[in-house]
Formats: sequence, C-alpha cells, structure tokens
Amino acid sequence: MSSSKKIRVLVAKPGLDGHDRGAKIVARALRDAGMEVIYTGLRQTPEMIVEAAISEDVNVIGMSILSGAHNALFPKVIDLLKAEGVDNILVIGGGIIPQDDVPALKAAGIAEVFGPGTPLAEIVGYIESNVKL
Amino acid sequence: MPATKLVKGVLKGNRRDLARLITLIENEHSSAATALSMLYKHTGNAHIVGVTGPPGSGKSTLVTRITAKYRKRSKTIGIVCVDPSSPFTGGALLGDRIRMQEHSLDKDVYVRSMSTRGHLGGLARATSDAVRVMDAFGKDIVIVETVGAGQSEVQVVEVAHTVIVVDVPGAGDDIQAIKAGIMEIADIFVVNKADYPGADKKVTEINAMLDLDSRERSWRPPVLVTNALTGDGIPELVDMIGKHMSYLQETGLLKQKGLQRSRDELEQIMEYKLTKELFTRLRGTPEYEQAIKKIAGRNDDPYSVAERLIAEFLTSVRG
Ligand code: B12
Ligand SMILES: Nc1nc2c(ncn2[C@@H]2O[C@H](COP(=O)(O)OP(=O)(O)OP(=O)(O)O)[C@@H](O)[C@H]2O)c(=O)[nH]1
Ligand SMILES: [Mg+2]
Repeated sequence: MSSSKKIRVLVAKPGLDGHDRGAKIVARALRDAGMEVIYTGLRQTPEMIVEAAISEDVNVIGMSILSGAHNALFPKVIDLLKAEGVDNILVIGGGIIPQDDVPALKAAGIAEVFGPGTPLAEIVGYIESNVKL
Repeated sequence: MPATKLVKGVLKGNRRDLARLITLIENEHSSAATALSMLYKHTGNAHIVGVTGPPGSGKSTLVTRITAKYRKRSKTIGIVCVDPSSPFTGGALLGDRIRMQEHSLDKDVYVRSMSTRGHLGGLARATSDAVRVMDAFGKDIVIVETVGAGQSEVQVVEVAHTVIVVDVPGAGDDIQAIKAGIMEIADIFVVNKADYPGADKKVTEINAMLDLDSRERSWRPPVLVTNALTGDGIPELVDMIGKHMSYLQETGLLKQKGLQRSRDELEQIMEYKLTKELFTRLRGTPEYEQAIKKIAGRNDDPYSVAERLIAEFLTSVRG
C-alpha cells in the first residue's frame, strides 16, 4: 500500500458562542503541524458538526466553547456520532471549561479537554499520539 | 478497509462510504484504482461545473447560491472545494465550507474539502476522481471550486463541462486579477460583488477582451453580474449554466469533448503504467548504473542509450 495518509481535523464552534480566537489559533497550529484542518465557522449545531465530520471523513473533531455551554453540547455530539455508528473519530475540546466539569465530559466520551494557556505543541502532540488513522 | 468494499455502498447512496472512498483515493490506497474501475460504468451522467477566479472573489458564496437554486429544482449536488496546501508543512486550512453552512443538513448536498497536497494547476490530484465518484453516487450536478486562481491554475477545464470564471470590480486597471490563461478557459464570466463600484466597467473590460479573441467559436462567453450576498443575478447564472450544457449537446461538442477526455485519460494511464514498468525493471540493475556512468563520462550519450534500453525493453516484453 503506497498510502500517504494525512490527519484530517474538523475544528468547530458549537452553539452561539462568538469567541473564535482560540479555535482559529488551534486550527492554524494544526495546519502548521501538517494536518488538514476544516474550519466550519461559528454557530454550529451538534447535528451540523457530525454531518460535516462524516462528509469530510475526518479523524478528529476539535470543539471550542468559551460560553459555558459545553456540558450540553459536547456530549450531544458524542451521542449523535454513536447514533450514526461512528466510533473511529477522536473527539477533543477546549476553551473555558471548569476543572469540575472535566470528569463528566470524559465519561461522556470527550477524549481530552484543553484549557486557556495550553501550549499549542501539547495539543498537536496529543492528537498525533491518539489519532486512529 | 479496501476501497472495493465501499463501491456497493456508494452506488446505494451511502454518504459515509462515499466520504471514505474519496479519502482512500486521496491517500492513493492500492485498492482505489480497482474501485474506480468498478464505478466507471456508472459515471457520465452529472453536469460538472467548475468555478474558478482570484482568492476572495466570492467563489464559495456563489457556489452556495447556485446550489440553493438547484435544490429548488430538486437537483442533487456534489461539491469539491480545493484549497492549497502549505509548501512548508504539507498541512492545509480548508475554509470554503464556512460559506456553505446553509446546506449543511441537506442530505442531498455533499460537500468535500480537499487540499492540493502540493499539486499545481488549481486542483488536487484526486479531484477528478472524487468528482467521478460523486457522479457515480448519483449527483445531478457536481461543482468544483478551484484554489484562488491567477493564470496557470487552469486544470479545471479538463474536469468540468462548464467553467465559470469569477472576477470582481475594481481589481486593478484593465484585467489585472484574472490573467490570460484563466480568461481563456471561461465558458461563462461572472463579475461578482456587484454592490462594489465599477462592476459595469469590469463587464466592459471583459467584453473588450473577448472582442480581441480571434478564436473561431460559436459560443461567446456571456458576462453576467452577480451579488452573491443578496442573490442578485443568480437565477440568470443558473439558467446560463443550463444553456451552456444545451449548447454542448446540440453542437455535438459534448460527445467530442468526451472522446477527447477518454483519449487523454487512457493515454495518461498507459504512459504512467508503462514508465512505471520500465523503471522497475531498469533501476538498480548494474547494467543501468553502468550505462549512466558511461553517459556521465562522455563514453556514451543519453540519446542512443535511451533508444537501446527501450528497444531491449520492447523485445523482452514481446518474448
Ligand atoms: C477575547 C475575549 C472576548 C472577545 C472575543 C474575540 C474573538 N473573536 O474571539 C470579545 C470582546 C468579542 C468577547 C466578548 C464576550 N465575552 Co469574552 N473573553 C475574551 C477573553 C478575554 C479571552 C479569550 C481569548 O480569545 N483567549 C485567547 C485564546 C487563544 O484562548 P482560548 O480560547 O482559551 O484557547 C486556548 C485553550 O482554551 C484551548 N482551546 C480553545 N479552543 C480549543 C479547541 C480545541 C479543538 C482545542 C484542542 C483546544 C482549544 O487552546 C487554546 C490555546 O491554549 C476571555 C477571558 C479569558 N481569559 O479567557 C473572555 C471570556 C471568554 N468572555 C466572556 C464573556 C462573558 C463574554 C461576553 C458574553 C460579554 C462580556 N462580558 O464581555 C461576550 C460574548 C461574545 C459572544 N458573541 O459570544 C467570559 C465567559 C464566561 C463563562 N464562560 O462563563 C470570559 C471567560 C471572561 C470572564 N472571565 O468573564 N470576549
Ligand atoms: N460585498 C460583497 N461581498 C461578497 C460577495 N460575494 C462574496 N462576498 C464576500 O467576499 C468574501 C470572500 O467570499 P468567498 O466566497 O469566501 O470567496 P472565495 O472566492 O471562495 O475565496 P477563496 O476560496 O478563499 O479564494 C466573504 O467575506 C464574502 O462574504 C458579494 O457579492 N458582495
Ligand atoms: Mg472559497
């Protein structure tokens, strides 16, 4: 097999939160690490995120929320992926997410959560070591 | 998973299989060619529309508008959006989808973002095969958005039946933004961002340039004006895309183009396979390395060595 695989990542902003600086910075860092990053812009519903992830056949979904809606929106995306029978996508999140919320998010199926000040290299490294290609 | 396993799903209209097959094609998976050959007889039904033009001219926004119009007419749509890869890291930021959100939950619109992965010419290597898979999937219209194009990104003409070249008002004196190469491949010109001053002037400039075109042809590319934000001019554009297809059909050009494309493609594939076969046999053999040394030492020349090696290759395949 003469394959030339690339890590494909969907970077999404679920909900009505307009803080997109972090998402854009992360998207650029992943691009600079050699990944193919699909950025879908603001105001994505969980349904839109899952649909885009399937159409684009991504390996990773990265969601960014700074508004506090993560407890509702992150697990919803996981539920929809399960309903579609998708189990090979690594789902991670970032933004303003209180430490207390992290265990429940992980239990729901969010693989990792990255808060403010996370070095970009750490995010890149995490994806590279945990992605299923 | 081998690509051949996905063929059935693609023909049955399974979006996920469609998406995965395109990935395997992009990754040049060893089973991709077989899958494409299985799908081939199911292709040839879609109207393939190319959209090209300078960065930021509104290609993606136009594609969304065109798609909405076609959806009103119950057409199913496939879209491939190509963005450039970074020459330094090989990564890519694929942002065209941002403008296509209004169709994101419509199961009859399939959008796929694609990085050029270093390929030049305005498309990715896998673009034409991805278009073909969408065609086999049953899409009525397949739209290809090229990378933001200057003058040499003209490969879309090899893939599309109808090429739309988008320009915007005031992009410099005369024709600055869109240059010769890309002007010549247009079947339809669109001056987008009609809300900006200078749209009329741009239309005049393009028409003046078309007046200078001495090529004998029965289709003079019309110059339309659109505002992709409001949708002004979109119904006319969609009608014109249909008219262009009727023109291709009525004049027999569609058949002629199909023949030419089949010929080009067959020859490309044979050329690739032949050279690959030849070089797998030659490279690394002591005779070959010796011959190269002789050429470098001026004890032989590349012209006669090439003749001899090809003659030997042909004899060996005959025997
Ligand atoms: C800049 C900013 C704004 C800008 C946003 C500009 C923009 N386009 O992004 C403006 C001024 C518009 C703004 C507006 C508002 N803001 Co504001 N804003 C901030 C501020 C100061 C910094 C955010 C930022 O850009 N950080 C820089 C980026 C790079 O960091 P980051 O997003 O955290 O990303 C890092 C990590 O979180 C992680 N990450 C983030 N996303 C992702 C995604 C993935 C996939 C991964 C792997 C990692 C990851 O990696 C990044 C790198 O380390 C924060 C406070 C703070 N210190 O965070 C408040 C803050 C987010 N804002 C807040 C609020 C309340 C608002 C407003 C509602 C009103 C207001 N009071 O100002 C409005 C709402 C706007 C809207 N439409 O949603 C609150 C949110 C409170 C909450 N969650 O409970 C905060 C926390 C301030 C506070 N302490 O109250 N804001
Ligand atoms: N004023 C105005 N803005 C427009 C029009 N059409 C598109 N735009 C805006 O122009 C910007 C670029 O539009 P896109 O559709 O992303 O352009 P593009 O040609 O696809 O861009 P690339 O893919 O990056 O080359 C966006 O901010 C659009 O909202 C128009 O008719 N008028
Ligand atoms: Mg675009």
